[in-house]
Amino acid sequence: MSTFEALAGNEAVATAMRQIDPDVVAAYPITPQTSTVQKFADFVADGLVTTEFVTVESEHSAMSACVGASAAGARVMTATAANGLALMWEIVYIAASSRLPIVMSLVNRALSGPINIHCDHSDVMGMRDAGWIILFSENGQEAYDNLIQAVRIAEHPDVLLPVAVCQDGFITSHGMERVEIYDDADVKAFVGSYQPQWSLLDLQNPMTYGPLDFYDYYYEHKRQQVAAMEKAPEVILAVAAAFNRQFNRDYGMFESYRLGDAEVAVVVANSAAGTAKVVVDQLREEGLKVGLLKPRVFRPFPAQEMSAALRHVKAVAVMDRAISFGAMNNAGPLFLEIAAALALHGERMPIADYVFGLGGRDILPGEIESVYRDMFRAAESGRVEQMVTYLSVRE
Amino acid sequence: MAQLKGWKEIPIGGMILEAGNAVEYLTGGWRAFRPVRGEAACTHCFQCWLFCPDSCILVDAENEKMLGFNLEHCKGCGICAAVCPVNAQVRRKAEQELDRDDPRLCIRIIEEGQAEE
Repeated sequence: MSTFEALAGNEAVATAMRQIDPDVVAAYPITPQTSTVQKFADFVADGLVTTEFVTVESEHSAMSACVGASAAGARVMTATAANGLALMWEIVYIAASSRLPIVMSLVNRALSGPINIHCDHSDVMGMRDAGWIILFSENGQEAYDNLIQAVRIAEHPDVLLPVAVCQDGFITSHGMERVEIYDDADVKAFVGSYQPQWSLLDLQNPMTYGPLDFYDYYYEHKRQQVAAMEKAPEVILAVAAAFNRQFNRDYGMFESYRLGDAEVAVVVANSAAGTAKVVVDQLREEGLKVGLLKPRVFRPFPAQEMSAALRHVKAVAVMDRAISFGAMNNAGPLFLEIAAALALHGERMPIADYVFGLGGRDILPGEIESVYRDMFRAAESGRVEQMVTYLSVRE
Repeated sequence: MAQLKGWKEIPIGGMILEAGNAVEYLTGGWRAFRPVRGEAACTHCFQCWLFCPDSCILVDAENEKMLGFNLEHCKGCGICAAVCPVNAQVRRKAEQELDRDDPRLCIRIIEEGQAEE
């Protein structure tokens, strides 16, 4: 029996971790992830999980412990945010390239400096080339659902890559919402038990993880990582289909919200997509044909599918909660990727980028509405007035 | 070198699935310095064998004799010479600083390509 509970995103994530009951969790507390590991530590202390909870002295050590435990054949999870992720950096790459199916809850927060503990996506955008599968979550329910699915995606023999599940710092992580918590036994049955193909603790079959790998084979191992990313969408969709059968919630590579007959579209990830849905509904009541594309799987990036979903619209606005400093027009990473995807798939509608919400700056429905109205003008004139707009920044 | 394999033919993630294959990887080519035997008589104390990080001291275990160096794997780190108690004795008796390629030592460290004499 599932139950409906009033939970903050972090509590929903901690609940998923309790139900998954991983062999090892290694984590270091950092705002706004802290209440996840705090809650999980309660579960450990109360004997509700069998997890070996490793309280380390830094995030570099947290990810290192995760790598060691995963190589030993354990099911491993961690949670972090912003500067904590940045401190993990070196080992984040090693986890992916060593093909260790570690699952991370990543509570998106602005990278310092100046120091800021509130939401933006500069942390996750830094790890986009690290070889992890990256999932976005609009709310606590999705953070919970995605984390459960992440275990099966990561451990699939065709994938064997670590997965990061994002939710917005404070907005989602500390915002209390109604979350459907599935029956413990159903979640356990869904994730199953982890049967690692290799283990450093398998004394009958001694093997090595992470050896020196020079010009003769390193490149081949990178090519294998590409192959795993190529396989991932099929696995992600199969896991989503199984999840839908079991728990009656539909997930894909992205969500199309009233996009089918839309004339203009906004693309925005995580919690702001929830706000955008409200705006879409309001504008639809005015008779304006607006739609939303909400990315869920950011890595691997579903370029072809997104281009197909946007093909019919006359203008596209991408909303980025991060800046890729010095990139083309100092745009955001999501825009750069979607603009390239549309152009390379032959779609030539006007496309603009709207950077917003850096360091936790609120994004208000009126601002998203102004973006849609800009797009109607762009659709009419056939060109955007400005390629990149820094929404609501003071001049 | 053996025929290199393609990305579909090798274990993922750089994993090495067989044990004991470091012997196949010849690291001697990394060496800039080389250990050689000097004039001072070896006492076969096996300190060099004990400390060598690459297991490159060749010994006759049965007769407890130090035989020489496995130069296919020796990286020339010089630890054997540094821990050699005979070297310590020679240095003490010499009452002067000795270069590490001094012929009077038991284990000398010479530059790769330098004549042993």
